[in-house]
Amino acid sequence: MHLTIALAQINTQLGNPEANLDKHLACLRDARQNGADLILFPELSLTGYTLQDLVPSVATSTGRENPVFSRLMKESLEIDIVVGFVNEDIRHRFYIAAAYLSKGEIVHIHNKVYLPTYGLFDEKRFFSPGDRFRAFDTRWGRVGILICEDFWHASSPYLLWQDGADILLMTSASPGRGVTDEQLGSAKWVETINQTYAGLFTCFVAHTNRVGFEDGLNFWGGSTVFDPDGKLVVKAQNDIETLTYAHLDLAQLRRTRSRLPLLRDERPEIVLRELERIMENERNRPLH
Amino acid sequence: MKEIDLSINSDLVRTILTRFVHSEVTRTGLGRAVINLSGGLDSALVSYIVAEALGPENILALRLPYKTSSADSLDHAQLVIDALGIHSKTISISEMADGLINQDPGMSNVRKGNIMARCRMIVAYDQSESFKGLVIGTGNKTEVLLGYTTLYGDSACAINPIGDLYKTQVRQLSRALEVPPPIIEKAPSADLWTGQTDEGELGFTYEEVDKLLYLLVDQRYSPEECVGEGFKEEFVRSVVNRIRRNHFKRVMPPSAKVSSRTVPYDFLYMRDWGT
Repeated sequence: MHLTIALAQINTQLGNPEANLDKHLACLRDARQNGADLILFPELSLTGYTLQDLVPSVATSTGRENPVFSRLMKESLEIDIVVGFVNEDIRHRFYIAAAYLSKGEIVHIHNKVYLPTYGLFDEKRFFSPGDRFRAFDTRWGRVGILICEDFWHASSPYLLWQDGADILLMTSASPGRGVTDEQLGSAKWVETINQTYAGLFTCFVAHTNRVGFEDGLNFWGGSTVFDPDGKLVVKAQNDIETLTYAHLDLAQLRRTRSRLPLLRDERPEIVLRELERIMENERNRPLH
Repeated sequence: MKEIDLSINSDLVRTILTRFVHSEVTRTGLGRAVINLSGGLDSALVSYIVAEALGPENILALRLPYKTSSADSLDHAQLVIDALGIHSKTISISEMADGLINQDPGMSNVRKGNIMARCRMIVAYDQSESFKGLVIGTGNKTEVLLGYTTLYGDSACAINPIGDLYKTQVRQLSRALEVPPPIIEKAPSADLWTGQTDEGELGFTYEEVDKLLYLLVDQRYSPEECVGEGFKEEFVRSVVNRIRRNHFKRVMPPSAKVSSRTVPYDFLYMRDWGT
């Protein structure tokens, strides 16, 4: 089986979901025309990233009554879509979220678990953290979604892997920093860990990062797909808005895992037992 | 002394800065820029970056001499104007500055210098309106951190492309962008009075202080750790104090909070809000 993913490396308007929806629709048209089965938009693709006090005004529930969402759900009859948005739950908590839409339905919503609140980041001030990592089934097999800081924690892709995900879909709005080396420091780091996950978990890892500026923050793009051997399948050019296509031969999973049975040999029961011991020790640790 | 390398990837920084200027100018609905071109290195480099970002036909360089300004400053500014093919205007600030300066014969150089810097700000913002261009800042990271700038004078701008580059890095990038060598090689000076040089006034060289600032700010060394790396204790203490004392130049003036929502404490939006 083959899967064609389109990485929608776009710029967004800050706090203007209508304008951003138009751009999504244009990308969807192009991606369909180019035979894509799935399109991956970056983190907070409908709203922009540094929202601060704009969060409540751009937040959306995910029902059909919401015009932006119902439009995207309709579009998903033709192509599977991963879209980034601010998810508001019924008790008015706001999450950085990504939804997987397919055949007119919401298949899965991931609320970002790890909210960076250090250095230039201030997410926990404005958002609630998600509390779970769950893989889910699609026509292309089992898939997991992680949003930016989620995949700076090695446990997140590990859990999705153990939950059956063979394709990891990563989205981010990652500001560039570090200009001493050949490549932007943050770009190199993100690329390295995604490649590492692909190799260690013998799975596909697709990542879309946005481009453009918000004040002085520079989002570099550089979206990638790595295959289960950890080999680069495709890389989008840095800094520009582009739809980049990756044609994935899903049978590579079988070939790689026949050669390198890391999944077969993994011992999650040891991980669980040792974590329980570690957590227990932590609970029993004297206060001083 | 620890080996401290401040060198940057010039190509990468050039790309980021030109994209930044293009994005942040055009999203305001404008496509043009105004730069106070002093004849010094910072504003020369900014002119090169902005010309590359917006096209030379969209740049207005202002030469704003005071009667004591050195002839070199005007000549060096002209080198940049000619090399880039940008628009230029030369407007003397002598009359407007002297209108105030002459009212107090005992005025110090620092006061005069501040008045000149603020006169130049007035001209830049006036030309900004007539040229329909944004005022682009020219303050480097060393200046920003040390507060070696006149508040609402040379620090006033809409955006600042080089505010995260130390002076040492400004020099490196200027060489890469082929800024005319006489401008790169001369001693940095605000040229506010005859014979003034930055390094003479500050009491240390940019090369020395940039290394210290890089450890203190970028690498989050404590002052004690900097002394441990070989910097003189007195130098470290004076720089740390200078950074703290001048922080008021880096933030908006605080308002006394009396209401439930106050700029800037809990009214938080990016400047690019809505664009």
